[in-house]
Amino acid sequence: MTLNRRAFIGTGAAMAAALAAPNVRASSHGMPRVVVIGGGAGGATAARYIAKDSKGEIDVTLIEPTRMYYTCFFSNLYIGGFRELSSIGHSYGTLAQSGVNVVHDWATGVDREAKTVTLAGGAVLPYDRLILSPGIDFVDGSVPGWDVSAQNKMPHAYKAGSQTELLKAQIEAMPEGGRFAMVAPPNPYRCPPGPYERISMVAHLLTEMNPTAKILLVDPKPKFSKQALFEEGWQKHYSGMIERIGPDFGGDKVEVDPDAMTVNIDGVVEKVDVCNVIPAQKAGRICEMAGITEGNWAPVIGHTMQSRVDENIHVLGDASNQGDMPKSGFSANSQAKVAAMAVRGALLGSNVFPAKFSNTCWSLIDEDDGVKVGASYEATDEKIVSVSSFISQTGEDADLRKQTYEESIGWYAGITADMFG
Amino acid sequence: MYGRFRAALVLWAGLGVAAPVMAEQQGALIGDAEAGEEVYELCVGCHEVGRGAENGIGPHLNGIFGRKAGSIEGFRYSKGLVREGTLGMVWTLELLDAYLENPKALVSDTRMSFDGLEDKTDRDNVLAYLRQFSDNPQNIPEAAPTGRAREVELSPETLAIVGDPEFGAYLANECTTCHQVDGRNDGIPGIVGWPEEDFVIAMHAYKRQIRPHPVMQMMAGRLSDEEIAALAAYFGDLE
Repeated sequence: MTLNRRAFIGTGAAMAAALAAPNVRASSHGMPRVVVIGGGAGGATAARYIAKDSKGEIDVTLIEPTRMYYTCFFSNLYIGGFRELSSIGHSYGTLAQSGVNVVHDWATGVDREAKTVTLAGGAVLPYDRLILSPGIDFVDGSVPGWDVSAQNKMPHAYKAGSQTELLKAQIEAMPEGGRFAMVAPPNPYRCPPGPYERISMVAHLLTEMNPTAKILLVDPKPKFSKQALFEEGWQKHYSGMIERIGPDFGGDKVEVDPDAMTVNIDGVVEKVDVCNVIPAQKAGRICEMAGITEGNWAPVIGHTMQSRVDENIHVLGDASNQGDMPKSGFSANSQAKVAAMAVRGALLGSNVFPAKFSNTCWSLIDEDDGVKVGASYEATDEKIVSVSSFISQTGEDADLRKQTYEESIGWYAGITADMFG
Repeated sequence: MYGRFRAALVLWAGLGVAAPVMAEQQGALIGDAEAGEEVYELCVGCHEVGRGAENGIGPHLNGIFGRKAGSIEGFRYSKGLVREGTLGMVWTLELLDAYLENPKALVSDTRMSFDGLEDKTDRDNVLAYLRQFSDNPQNIPEAAPTGRAREVELSPETLAIVGDPEFGAYLANECTTCHQVDGRNDGIPGIVGWPEEDFVIAMHAYKRQIRPHPVMQMMAGRLSDEEIAALAAYFGDLE
């Protein structure tokens, strides 16, 4: 427990106030205010649930710079040709209809003393509770030779949208028999099976349009999620196409040269036609600006997703360090509901039930060949722990794999409805 | 009035102070890993763990959670341990706990000459210590659990509102990540408007692992009878 003394005393004081007077809302304005920064699986869900369940008694403002949100989940399926890009894009109009005040702007600062958020456009928004769900940013210098200025030559495509489109276009333009490379990220990162699902989808696309092309996967990690399932699938569907270089062969010592389109793996220089660099990751920068990070992530209390540094801030999803949940859209959505309940409890005195968390990650290996991994989680005072897990098995029959894929389509419809209404 | 009072208490509990009204801590760590490091001194004569650990008199213990019994190549195990592995025995928290309590109870011919750790707290602590050297579920979600689920003791106040749509609606939040509230059925079945009894029977069948779907077994497995009843009432009323 790293909660500092000041925050703890502050809670005691809030407690005393709550006991003395039932009205715990800030007294300077009529209605309690919640500001949510980031409109993804965490932020959109939290904003919608707080607005919906408070029935207009909490003023909810969502700050999100983009007008159209492209889900990272299923963006690999766009690369593979299984989804149109438009099918993974969502506007914020439905959230506005749910009573959320949606502001398309960048949050540029958080004043924790004054409890205000400053926007790039100049507005200063007061809050009683702030929810930060900014997703990830990249760690500078984690892949020598690459920075965001090189993202057009070597796309990351790890925030969905234009980057995903660019990567797909580059793969489609590869010369016959050309070579695609991916530099996979070190732990922890958004969507543990994501890079490997992407390899599968790139292989599917190349098998259809450029079957003699090759894929080079440079990986700093000795193992990865669903490894046996992916490797079985790659052997079955894309035999001979994919080569993975793990840390035992220098996969952890990689540099790139975006101008020369080369990848240097522990001194061996490989020329490639497309290079997808997925750098090391950290909490979205606003967390650092708010002064609530330790290392690369923002530590939170699992029971409520409150920052361990500031009890008036909740951090959701990829940006948070909560313990053992993977960084995924499903996790963020699950955490958002717990936080929304805690926020309503604190501001309106509504019932707060014990937190429950879960996560399931589906991945598509080839057409109708879907697999999944999932676990349930519970909060302890120290961290969120995993209490049970399951995973698809190698050697499953085609009907089951098809059913798993169809289930993932149902889940996509479910979670996006849950986020946006 | 009452609800506000409790919200404050729950917040307080979240910060590590005992809550008189509702048990806020649900999950539990395996044990105290720091204390476990001391218990582990009993093991270091034979087992290595951590960066660069190698086999010694006993096999190294990196990645032991989730590892098939008797499966490190090049290590000479007893026949019994290899046989258990071939039969599919994988080291889980529960099996490791049983093995540490009395090795011969699990594998008769084991070469591990260790009398066993009688004290449950010592076993929990050393297992918590060892768990740090196996896969981290944040990175490998299918990795072995890092904690134990605890039956949540619902307070009388919560039980009084069971059947209350608010409780059902809260619990349903977990369902609606996949199942759509408009009852649509595309890939994932609709669950609204069922007769309550059918819903309860289906959920208990998942809970008892009679119905095969792993996600649903997991979700239902952690719901109490009261919670299942509340969900049945909530979804049953949705059009």
